[in-house]
This record gives sequence, C-alpha cells and structure tokens, in this order.
Amino acid sequence: MNWYAVRALYRFEMARFWRTALQSIVAPVIATALYFVVFGAAIGSRMASVDGVAYGAFIVPGLMMLSLLTQSIANASFGIYFPRFAGTIYEILSAPVSPLEIVLGYVGAAASKSILIALIILATATLFVPIRIEHPFVMVGFLVLTAVTFSLFGFLIGLWADGFERLQLVPLLIITPLTFLGGSFYSIDMLPPVWRTLSLANPVVYLISGFRWAFFGNSDVSIGVSLTMALVFLALCLTGVTWIFRTGYRLKS
Amino acid sequence: MPPIISIANLSKVYASGHAALKTISLDIHKGEIFALLGPNGAGKTTLISIVCGIVTASEGSIHVDGHCIDTDYKAARRKIGLVPQELTTDAFETVWATTGFSRGLFGLPPDPAHIERVLRDLSLWDKKDSRIMTLSGGMKRRVLIAKALAHEPQILFLDEPTAGVDVALRQDMWRLVRRLRDQGVTIILTTHYIDEAEEMADRVGVIRNGEIILVEDKAELMRKLGKKQLTLHLDAPLSEVPPALSGHDLELAQGGRELVYTYDTKGDAGLTGLLADLARSGIGFRDLHTSQSSLEDIFVDLVKERA
Repeated sequence: MNWYAVRALYRFEMARFWRTALQSIVAPVIATALYFVVFGAAIGSRMASVDGVAYGAFIVPGLMMLSLLTQSIANASFGIYFPRFAGTIYEILSAPVSPLEIVLGYVGAAASKSILIALIILATATLFVPIRIEHPFVMVGFLVLTAVTFSLFGFLIGLWADGFERLQLVPLLIITPLTFLGGSFYSIDMLPPVWRTLSLANPVVYLISGFRWAFFGNSDVSIGVSLTMALVFLALCLTGVTWIFRTGYRLKS
Repeated sequence: MPPIISIANLSKVYASGHAALKTISLDIHKGEIFALLGPNGAGKTTLISIVCGIVTASEGSIHVDGHCIDTDYKAARRKIGLVPQELTTDAFETVWATTGFSRGLFGLPPDPAHIERVLRDLSLWDKKDSRIMTLSGGMKRRVLIAKALAHEPQILFLDEPTAGVDVALRQDMWRLVRRLRDQGVTIILTTHYIDEAEEMADRVGVIRNGEIILVEDKAELMRKLGKKQLTLHLDAPLSEVPPALSGHDLELAQGGRELVYTYDTKGDAGLTGLLADLARSGIGFRDLHTSQSSLEDIFVDLVKERA
C-alpha cells in the first residue's frame, strides 16, 4: 500500500475544505438554524409530537442525513471532477497509486468532511432542542456508513460528469427530491398508504429511518432492514467505482 | 546494459478511430538525453502519455527498468517524473504544498531538505509560500518541473518544456537538465526548438504520423545527413557556371557574384580539385566561407522528404 499517497490525497482534499471554511462550515450551521426557525419553532409548535418525540427533536436526524447526503455527494464529486476538468488529474494517473488508494484518499476526505458537518449540525441543533441519543454507536455507525456510501456515489458522479451541469444534475434532480421525500421532516407513517408504499422504494427512507432509530429507539422500518439496505447501497457504489477503474472509463483514453 | 525504457510494437488507436501511434519500437538508454522531434500531431505526447500511464496503449508492451508498465505499474511509475506540456497546475495551493503533495503521491516520506533543494534549483524558493495562481506562466512551468522532481525520479519526461518560456528560464532549464544528467537521470524531451535538441541531446528520434522514421546518435546524424556548403565571393560576377567546372556541384548566387559548392561532410569533399579547376579557369575570389546544415535543416528535410 502506498500510504503516503493516500495521506497526500486526503490532506490535499481536506486543505480545500478548510480553505473554504466559510462555505463548508458556516453555511450548514446557518441552514440548520433556519430549518429550526421554520420547522421547529414556526410549524413545529403547532404540531403534535411524532412517536412520542417532540417535532423539533424529531427532525434532527433527518436534517443531519440531509446534509450528510448532499455534502458527501458534493464534496466527493467536485473533488475528483475538478482535477479532470483542470487537467491536474495527469499527476494522479501517472503516480504509483492503485485505484483503492485513490478512492481511500478522495472518498475518505469527502466522508470526513460530511461527518464533520453533520456533527456541527447536531451541535447546532442542541442549542434549539434537547437531544438524546439512545444508541450512540449505531448512530456513529450509520453516520460513517452513509457518509462513505454517498461519498462513493459522489465520486462516481464526479467520474461520470463531463461538465459542471452534469455535476449538478444528479444531486439536484435525484438526491434532493429523494431526501425530502425520504422522511427528513416527517415519519412516512404520516403519508397516505399509496405514498407510504412508494416511499419504500426510496433508498433514503432506510437511511433516515435507521438513523432516527439510533436517536429515539423507534423507526419507520426495522433497523435490521435499514442496515441491510445501507450495506447494499455501499456494495453497489463499490462495484461501480471498481468497474470504472478497471476499464479506465472517463479517466483514460 | 539493458535499456532503461523498452518500447515494443506499441500502437494506439483512439476511440475516434485516429491512429496516433503505428507499431512503434524504441529503446532509451540509461543516462542519456533523448530528444523526440516531430511536427504537431505526430504522436509525441501520446507516446509519452502511454509510458507514464495516462493513456492506455492499444497494443504492444513497455518496460521501465525491467518493470512492465501494466502488471508492475507501481515500480515502473516510481521511477518516472513527468513535466506535461500544458500548464496544468492547482490554483489555490502554495508552491511548497503542491511539491510536497507530489512527493507523497509517489510514495515517498516527506523530505523538506530535498524539496528545498529542488525549489532553490528552480529559483522558486522565494515563491514557496505563494499560491500557484499568483505566479506567471514561466513560474508555473518551474512549479511543474519541481513537482516532477519531488520524488527523485530516475527518468524525466519533458514534454515541450520550453514552449512559451523566456530566454532566462530556458537557460536555467537546460542547466538543470545537464545537472540531472550528470546525476545519472535519463531525460526524454520533446521540443520544437530544434537548436535545443541539437545542443542538448545525445540521441535524436524523429516521429511523423505516428511512426518513428529515424533514431540516431545526434553526432552521427549530423555527420550522415548534414551538408556543408562552401561559398566563394567572386572578384567578377559570372553569368553561368563555366563548362570547365561542370564536374562539381556548383550554383551561382547573389546575381552571379557568389559561387556555392555543396558537399557531404563524409568522405572526400573534392575541395582540392575544385580549387585547382577554379585556378585553371582563371576565376578569382576575394573571400570564402563554409556553413554546415543544422539539425533543423536536417529535420525539415527529413519530414518533407518522407511526406
């Protein structure tokens, strides 16, 4: 293993994060605060508790997941797309690094960033509502699993995209709707039966549900199913990335 | 001594159908400076890119110091440093950070002393904390060289290193190349400035339309293909070459005031006979000078001849 290369790539990506600390850290904090003002205080005060959890607290896992998904994808896709766009990818292609090492560096950094942001959101949330975490280890496990999976997914998008529009396309057209419809702000039990059934086809539902279980001990779908689905997505993304590196698709002519 | 780079039957057809390289075989010797010459689009960059792992070959094999670039790519790539043709640099990183990054990427532990030496050699030391985007084009070129040297490569590829750089940098760069060669580094460069290849290279390869049409020791090439000309400034102009001199390869120039004799650098030049015939014909001259064709002339002739 070329650990020096993994470290170099990881630190390079993290440096980008700290350089843009304003966008990367302050923005999610402000966004979370806004969500709490709107959903927590304005709307939440008129809502009954969900499954015995005050609405303000109920949305915290969903909000964290929302950021975790979008940030993982954004960071990882930009991280690998930009060198392709700028041409600096030549150095990585000509370096003695294996695909695994490249993925560890880029995806590791993207996942670290989004986990950091999710934790910042959690910290911000505690300023507004009391939070309890019933299963902290499961919570951390889901956090890491989701961050890694969606960073891999973002990495795939960054490899596939051949323009900045495409880079935005998947997050905008697919991920954002899926996260909003995935139960970030509600329990899917609240939906009419048809929509509830449809929601079960939404992968994000399982992530948010499992994550919420770690916080409150109850969930839309069982934790076992959530965990299984999360692992299935991870396996799918790993397969995609492996295929790309094996074939050189979009990387080498 | 086995070649440090051995390229065998290499060909590359791009997805567009363009055949960039047509069954190329080439050996690079350890410690030499090899200049790859060729017109734009001849396949120089494709060849370099395949050796470095940026482009996949369609057919053929490449070994770098005995390591196959496909099956043993890590060992092969560790030995190679690449300075690309395009000024592709990061924008926000500092010179120091990007050079250290390159070293790590090639699997070496940090070595600030080595990085400092490289940056000083390239007159980049006082810019080490500058962001790359604030540097001029010439400085960015130096940064690319520093990055390529960060992992102490045994083989250095320079793809058009002096395109668009000023005289001072060119000279700095050639000084550095010579020093590297003295340290045993093998250097493969492509350039459009043929005078540079002429000055620097030990061997020259000419590539045209994806085929290597010639690989030759530079001195040998100059001797074999170089022409010499003797120009005589005549006392009185001539209207035509006198019949008495028709046995020699002569031409009149400058309205008959100069007589130009072309001869090969190898073998008997026949100068004695010419001068004797001139004296016999009563043709006097005030002055004379000789000139030898440069690598550029040879190159232009070669590419034209086989077009």
